[in-house]
Amino acid sequence: MAIISLREALRQAMTEEMERDPTVFLMGEEVGEYNGAYKVSKGMLQQFGPMRVVDSPISEAGFCGLGVGAAMVGMRPIIEMMTWNFAIQAFDQIINHAAKMLYMSGGQFPIPMVIRGPHGAAHMLSAQHSQCVDHMLVNVPGMIVISTVIPADAKGLMKSAIRNNNPVCFLESEMMYGKEGEVPEGEYLIPIGVGDIKRKGEHVTLVAWNKMVYLALEVAEELAQEGIEVEVLDPRTLQPLDENMIFESVRKTHRLVVLEEGWGISTIGNYIVDRTVTECFDDLDAPPARVHNHFVPMPYNETLEHEVLPNKERTIATIKKVLYR
Amino acid sequence: MPAPTNAQLVEFYKDMLLARRFEERCGQLYVQQKFSGFCHLYIGQEAVSTGSLNAIRKGQDYVISGYRDHVQPITLGMTPREVMAEMLGKATGCASGRGGSMHMFSSKLRYLGGHGIVGGQVPLAAGVGWKIKSMKEDLVILCFMGDAAINQGQFHEALNMAAIWDLPCIFIIENNLYGMGTAISRTCSLNVLADRAKGYNMRQAVVDGRNVLNTYAQMYEIVEETRKTSKPILVEMQTYRFRGHSMSDPQTYRSKEEVERERQQDCLQTLRDHMVAQKVATDDDFDKWEEEISEIVEDSVTFAEESPEPELNTIFDHVLAP
Repeated sequence: MAIISLREALRQAMTEEMERDPTVFLMGEEVGEYNGAYKVSKGMLQQFGPMRVVDSPISEAGFCGLGVGAAMVGMRPIIEMMTWNFAIQAFDQIINHAAKMLYMSGGQFPIPMVIRGPHGAAHMLSAQHSQCVDHMLVNVPGMIVISTVIPADAKGLMKSAIRNNNPVCFLESEMMYGKEGEVPEGEYLIPIGVGDIKRKGEHVTLVAWNKMVYLALEVAEELAQEGIEVEVLDPRTLQPLDENMIFESVRKTHRLVVLEEGWGISTIGNYIVDRTVTECFDDLDAPPARVHNHFVPMPYNETLEHEVLPNKERTIATIKKVLYR
Repeated sequence: MPAPTNAQLVEFYKDMLLARRFEERCGQLYVQQKFSGFCHLYIGQEAVSTGSLNAIRKGQDYVISGYRDHVQPITLGMTPREVMAEMLGKATGCASGRGGSMHMFSSKLRYLGGHGIVGGQVPLAAGVGWKIKSMKEDLVILCFMGDAAINQGQFHEALNMAAIWDLPCIFIIENNLYGMGTAISRTCSLNVLADRAKGYNMRQAVVDGRNVLNTYAQMYEIVEETRKTSKPILVEMQTYRFRGHSMSDPQTYRSKEEVERERQQDCLQTLRDHMVAQKVATDDDFDKWEEEISEIVEDSVTFAEESPEPELNTIFDHVLAP
C-alpha cells in the first residue's frame, strides 16, 4: 500500500470522485491558482479547469450558500473553508439552509454537499484561528459530521461524503496535513457512522478524534510501559456517532476517558459520557472523565497554548485517576 | 416581445384575482385561528408575481423567494389546495406540513422555496445560476427578495459572485417600501435601490410593479436578455403591500392616507380598467370570474380542512436523505 500524506489522501478522494461524477466541483478561497492554502487541492485546477476548481472571493457565507443552491438543483459541491473558524461566517447557510432544506421542503430538496476544512487549533494562531465548532455542528439535525486526520480514513470517508446525499461537514487539521500513513489506492470507501478501534486495550477506554487520536496513541504507548493497556477508539464520524463501539469497549474495560479538543461545556465528550452512563451504568468501575481545553480564548504564547490544549500530562493524569492509581 | 393576447390578459387578471382572494381568505382563517405561526400576505403585490412569472418558461426556469411566498407558486401552477393545506400544516400540503406559510416548495415546478432568513436565499440563487452555467443550460433563475434584504451581507456576496462569474440570475427586489415596520429610506443610503447594482458592475432595471402589463413587458425583455447573455441583473420592482408586514402588525409606521393613496393604484383595478377600455371583457365577465375564483378558493379551504394531519410516525422522515 502506498504511504501518502493526509493532504494527498484528501486530494486523491476528491480527484477520483470528480473524475467519476461531472456534477462534483470544488470551490473555496485559494483552491485553484494558489493550489490550496494548505495545498490539499494542488494540481487540481490544471486537471479539471476553472469551472470545477473555483477560486472564490473571501465570502464564506456567499460561496457556501452558492453550494447549497447548486446542490438543490443536482450538483455535488465540495466547499472548502480555509478553516472552520472562517466557516462561522457561513453558519447561517450551514445551519439554516443546508441542514433544513430537505426537511422543510417535505423531502423534495436533498443537499448533497461537502463542507470541508481544517478544524481546531494549529500552532500559535491565537484566539480567532484556534477553535472547535464540532460540538455545535453535531447539535443540528439534518447534517453529517466527520472529523478525521488519519490518511486512509480521510480518503475513505471523503469519498463516502461526496457520494452522500446530505450536507456533510468534514473536519480536518492544519497540523496533520503532512502526516503520512498507508492509504489504499483507487476505490476505497469507509461507511459513514462507523468508528474504528485504533489500539486494543483492556484497562481503560479512551475516545478521541481528529488530531487527538495521535495524542491518544502516544499516551497509550507510554502507559503500556507501566502495564496500563489503553483501548483507543476513534469514532471518525461524530454525527451519527458509533455509540455501540463505545459501549462495547466500556463493557470490557469498565472505565471511560474522553479526550477532545475544544472547550468542555456541552460538547461531544459530555454527550458520550451521558450516553455511556445511561447505557452502561452497571458496567462502570469509576466515574467517566474528560480531558479538554481550558475555558479561555486561545492565547498566542506557546507555553500558554500548550497548557490550554489537552496535552499528554493531563491525559495521563486523568487516565490514572479513573484507574484509581 | 409579442403584446399579450386577450386570452393572456384574462389569464393575468384571473391569476391576480385568485392571488388576492386566496390571501384574503388566508387572513380570515388566521384570524379565526385555523392556523398559526407567521403569515405574510401578498395583497397589493400581485402584479409582481403574475407579471414576472408569466415571462419565464414555467417549470424549466427556476424561481426562489423569501417568506412572502403563498402566491408565486400558484402563479407557477401549484394548486391552491396544496398551498392552503400547507398553511394548515396538513400532510397534503406542498411541503407535507413541514414548511408552513414561509416554506412553500415544489421540485416539479422548480420552485426552490420560500425562505425565512432575510437575504439567505440570494446566495442559493447564485448556486442555481452556477449550475445552469456549468451544465450549459438555456435557463435563468428568478430570485425574489424584499427591499430590506439588500442590507444583508449575503446579498452583497451573492451579487458580487453572480457578476464576476456571469451567472444567469435575475435578482428581484420587491420594494414595498418597508422592511417590516421600518421604511427602507431609513435603512438604505440609496434613493434608487437598483443602484446597488453599480457596485457590482451589474445591469439594473426599475420596474413599475404596480402594473402587471408593464411588469410582464419589462420582465420578458429582462428574462430573454439574461438567457442570451448569461449576465445577471438587479431589478427593483416598485410595489406596495396593502396589509401589514404580517398578521400581527399594528401599522403605526405609515398613515392611512398613504395606504389609501396606494390603493388607488391597485393592480387589479388598473388591469380591469384597461380590459374594459379595450373591450376585452365586460362587467359580466368580471362577475363570472369572481365567482369562479371564489369557488377555487373555497375548494382549497375545504380540501385543507378535510386533509389529514401528518402521521406522528413520519416525524423523523426527511431529516436525512437516503
